[in-house]
Amino acid sequence: MENQVVLEMKHIMKIYGNGVVANEDVSLDLRKGEIHALLGENGAGKSTLMKVLFGIEQPDQGEIVLKGTPVTIKSPQDAISKGIGMVHQHFMLVPSLSVADNIILGVAPKKGIFIDTAKAVDAAQSIAREYNFDINVNDKVEEIPVGIKQKVEILKALYRGAEILILDEPTAVLTPQETEELFVQLLKLREKGHTIIFISHKLDEIKKICDRATIMRNGRSMGTYEVKDITTQEMSRLMVGHEVSLTFDKNEQHLTDNIFMRVRNLTVHNSQGVLKVDDLSFDLKGGEVLGIAGVEGNGQTELIDTLTGLNKKYHGTVQVMGKDIANASIDDIRSMEVAHIPEDRMASGCASTLSIKENLFTNQYKNEKYSSGLMLKGKAMDQRSDELIKEYLIKCKSRRQHVGMLSGGNIQKVIVAREFSTNPKIIIANQPTRGIDVGAAAFIRKRLLEFRDAGCAVILVSADLTEIFSLSDRLAVMYKGKFAGFFTDVANVSEDELGEHMLGIKKDERLEGVLYE
Amino acid sequence: MSSAKKFDMLRTVLSVAIALLISFVIIFFVSAQPLEAIKYLLIGPFSNKRSMGNVVESMIPLIFTGTGVCIMFSANQINLAGEGAFHMGGLIATCVAINMSIPGISPIVALFAAGVVGALFTAIPAVMKITTTANEMVSSLMINYLALYFGNYILNNVIGDPAASTASYPLTAESQLPVLVDGTRIHLGFIIAIAVAILGYVFLYKTKLGYELRITGENESFARYSGISIVKVIVISQLLGGFVAGLGGGVEMLSPIYSRFTWASLLGYGWDAIIICTLSKKNPLYTPFAALFLAYLRTGASIMARRTDVTLEIVQITQGIIILLVVAEQFLSGYRHKLIAREAKAELKEEGVK
Amino acid sequence: MWKAILSPDFFGTILRATTPILFATLASCVASKSGITNMALEGILLFSALFGVIFSSITHSWLLGLIITVVIGGLIGLILAFFVLNLKTDEILAAIAINLTATGGTVLLLLAFSGDRGVSSSIRSVSAPSLTIPLIDKIPFIGQVLSGQNILTWLSLVAVIVMHLFLYKTPLGLSIRAVGENKNAAESVGISSRRIQYIALVISGCLAAFGGFFLSGGYMNMFTKDMSSGRGFIALAAASMGGNTPIGGLLVSLLFGLASALANVMQLMSVMPYEIILMVPYLTTLIGLGVYYYAQKKKKERLSGK
Repeated sequence: MENQVVLEMKHIMKIYGNGVVANEDVSLDLRKGEIHALLGENGAGKSTLMKVLFGIEQPDQGEIVLKGTPVTIKSPQDAISKGIGMVHQHFMLVPSLSVADNIILGVAPKKGIFIDTAKAVDAAQSIAREYNFDINVNDKVEEIPVGIKQKVEILKALYRGAEILILDEPTAVLTPQETEELFVQLLKLREKGHTIIFISHKLDEIKKICDRATIMRNGRSMGTYEVKDITTQEMSRLMVGHEVSLTFDKNEQHLTDNIFMRVRNLTVHNSQGVLKVDDLSFDLKGGEVLGIAGVEGNGQTELIDTLTGLNKKYHGTVQVMGKDIANASIDDIRSMEVAHIPEDRMASGCASTLSIKENLFTNQYKNEKYSSGLMLKGKAMDQRSDELIKEYLIKCKSRRQHVGMLSGGNIQKVIVAREFSTNPKIIIANQPTRGIDVGAAAFIRKRLLEFRDAGCAVILVSADLTEIFSLSDRLAVMYKGKFAGFFTDVANVSEDELGEHMLGIKKDERLEGVLYE
Repeated sequence: MSSAKKFDMLRTVLSVAIALLISFVIIFFVSAQPLEAIKYLLIGPFSNKRSMGNVVESMIPLIFTGTGVCIMFSANQINLAGEGAFHMGGLIATCVAINMSIPGISPIVALFAAGVVGALFTAIPAVMKITTTANEMVSSLMINYLALYFGNYILNNVIGDPAASTASYPLTAESQLPVLVDGTRIHLGFIIAIAVAILGYVFLYKTKLGYELRITGENESFARYSGISIVKVIVISQLLGGFVAGLGGGVEMLSPIYSRFTWASLLGYGWDAIIICTLSKKNPLYTPFAALFLAYLRTGASIMARRTDVTLEIVQITQGIIILLVVAEQFLSGYRHKLIAREAKAELKEEGVK
Repeated sequence: MWKAILSPDFFGTILRATTPILFATLASCVASKSGITNMALEGILLFSALFGVIFSSITHSWLLGLIITVVIGGLIGLILAFFVLNLKTDEILAAIAINLTATGGTVLLLLAFSGDRGVSSSIRSVSAPSLTIPLIDKIPFIGQVLSGQNILTWLSLVAVIVMHLFLYKTPLGLSIRAVGENKNAAESVGISSRRIQYIALVISGCLAAFGGFFLSGGYMNMFTKDMSSGRGFIALAAASMGGNTPIGGLLVSLLFGLASALANVMQLMSVMPYEIILMVPYLTTLIGLGVYYYAQKKKKERLSGK
């Protein structure tokens, strides 16, 4: 019974509507009562494979065998009825409903034609107790913290009889304590005979709790391994293709004399009125990369929105090239030679239904090179598009192709090409390489350093610590809207130390080197 | 041409064919002489010069409102006030044209007034949206009725000719647009319409403002991030779209088809415009072709209605089905996916060879 | 004039004018709660007004006519759902298509059925009867207002309660609200959002059909071309101003009923040209929309403000 295979996915191939091949001949087998890691970089095809397993996507080729019988999983409903549950990275909860309502949603106990509210609360409470989850089921979901939301998600799956539980990057949003707690609960689930697929790219976590690991790269499986028999170095090599080099070859730094950006006592509340940036001050000179690390949601987004003019409601002052931007429009700030690589490329970085060419000029169509009077200069734009496509190695059919038809890495290159092509003085890069292929990421990082060498000031916000370490000259860690740590000697900061600051375990009250004066 | 584009064209053609087919089936059900009716519907417009002229003259208002809607929808504003703008345009052009009789000047003033009133009219939902966040679609639906009853009020109380029933005083001859082709009612408005369609295309695809407008329409937060003023784009696009629709109403009123203002109900060109816009994929350059198709169908239907027992309204059903099928993304999508997957697989193989 | 306005008769007029809009508003509520804007209400009202006349005359029974009409209303909702959910048609354009088809289709069908052009003058249709409920008619004033109202007016008030219980107390209602608020969440627990939205649109179509039937078999006793005259659109506005809740929808619908009734009174007293009076319901909606959304905006700003 020990090694009984409960589920096999054989030779799965999935091509998306825009022609992107997300999975190419991927196979996976799961044993009863194991925690099975699915490891790979963003965009390696993990999520697609799981969507196929959970019935959200249909494979173009391949088969799924559940307990020895081939099955087709037509929908999530189908998956759930077959005992497969999934906890998504972005929580799938209805905010205005209570925890109990969310758990019983779709399988509500009835009294006549109405919902039996008392029984619903009972059922939710008893399943929480059964698995030792400490939750008040009458709370509204919009009012509970992230860690609890995740527990609700797991309970939802268990309540529906899930034997196989897919967890998509469950620790990404959790504090270390919450992560520990989650691990204890996962091990308990394993004891009870549940099979868990644990999607992650955090090697230490996989080492800690997983039995086996399937490693994916570029839509292909690189094999399944017993976790105890493989080192983290080997795993990372399989995942990335080469040993991760922690430092780029960085040229010697030449700082400019004048300060490009000066931020003083910046305080920002978000649209719900929650304090997101708390009395922040820093300086930025040309010729340096200021890295900003931190767990997502600690005010990075609000800080960047304010610096780029997207948010105008703030206290404190922000000066760009010596000018206060309180009354400057986004357009004005852009004309101060500020470039901005946005956090979410599809939401605000491009118009996916317009051509590559049309996406390349939104920051410079007013330049007389590309327009005169009311009219655009079509020929000049065509020519420049082709140059940029070549220079930035954008893989596409032609400049007329819609941006939405490109792969993530190529879309990001379009955005980067646009932002860099104006030769900016300040580059604000928010997650510039998130979810794109290794080649494109390396290309973009190299470009950022070239701009630094040329005397440009770069603010780099990234969740990728390798990236932060290898590019930053100065490094800030954001925690709850403040800098919890600040390092001017990046080479001598350990990942552990950074982690402690990111999680708020360690907070430096006095920050050295944040200001130049 | 990419397979995706080829597929889009194929789907449009098929949609039209299916819509016609369904209409024929309906004709078979409601008519005692179905074959006769279908014959008139399909080849009626070719029967004589006057009918062919009818096709061209009924293209004119469709091109105007179609182009107006293309401009408004390109900014992703579901503003349906084109209907009311057209009505107001006709009304104002009438007010000018019954009082002015300066050759050359009178139609220009009337048309300009029609455009301006149309522009102000479609700007109402846009301004409401900007100042109060009220959904522009619902408010535009409401103001169309205001346009209708306002028009009726003016018709009955201000410009109504006591000697005629629900009709204004006659337009002065100097105000009317000249006929271009003898034996038909094809008038100068046709040239203006084609020019408007081309200008609409140039505006949307060749000017800075048009570029801003389309960026905003496709992704508003991308536009905001790029420093484009969303408010400016919304207001200008709705003003321009309304100007074109209002101008269309004016042109229609000054055409040889009318000698007095007689619109006691909305004519529906605003709704037709949505079909035109859909068929021409929001590109004004294609509106004359889409308008030709609809105008042909209309003329055929009106000949059919005169000669047989089938009414004109069959066309609205055909139009409804066409919209449904043309905008149905998943219609024939299985075929589309196969096409694209085949291309992707072929590319994989190529890479493998390299 | 004040005497006329404060009479039970006047309140009766309000209820009568409210009925079709109320049904359509409830229809819009249930569709919106599931996450879909049902702009096809206008077309469904119009179709139902015609079918009500046709089928009540064929069956010689208002009840059978009503049932058939409601079934067809549900079918139109189903067609809309098929295009929007299966073929991924834009919901607004799909609705415009249905509305166009209704404008032309009703005239065509009427002609084919009876030879009438635009007005169903030769069809002997059966209107829904009026109803007086014994104990209620003894209540002073309210009894006078309610007694003798059309059975469909009574039904529309019952529908408010039924829809409230349905949306907030039944499993299906919970699913509809979950799908409308977070489709992915509902999908993740195996609720087919497509199925739920199908159901919501069919219910929406049925509710609107009641309203359409009332137009030609209660409010008036015949079908006339384009007789829905924008009530489906007004209902969209009313539902959104009522927060897409049945109770809120009732209150806003009553406001529009009041506007229509006032228009009637003003018309009788000829205080204003009748074309201007005809504008009143639309103008009320427009101003209502502006005020409501402006207040919402200010509220949001206050919440996020300093």
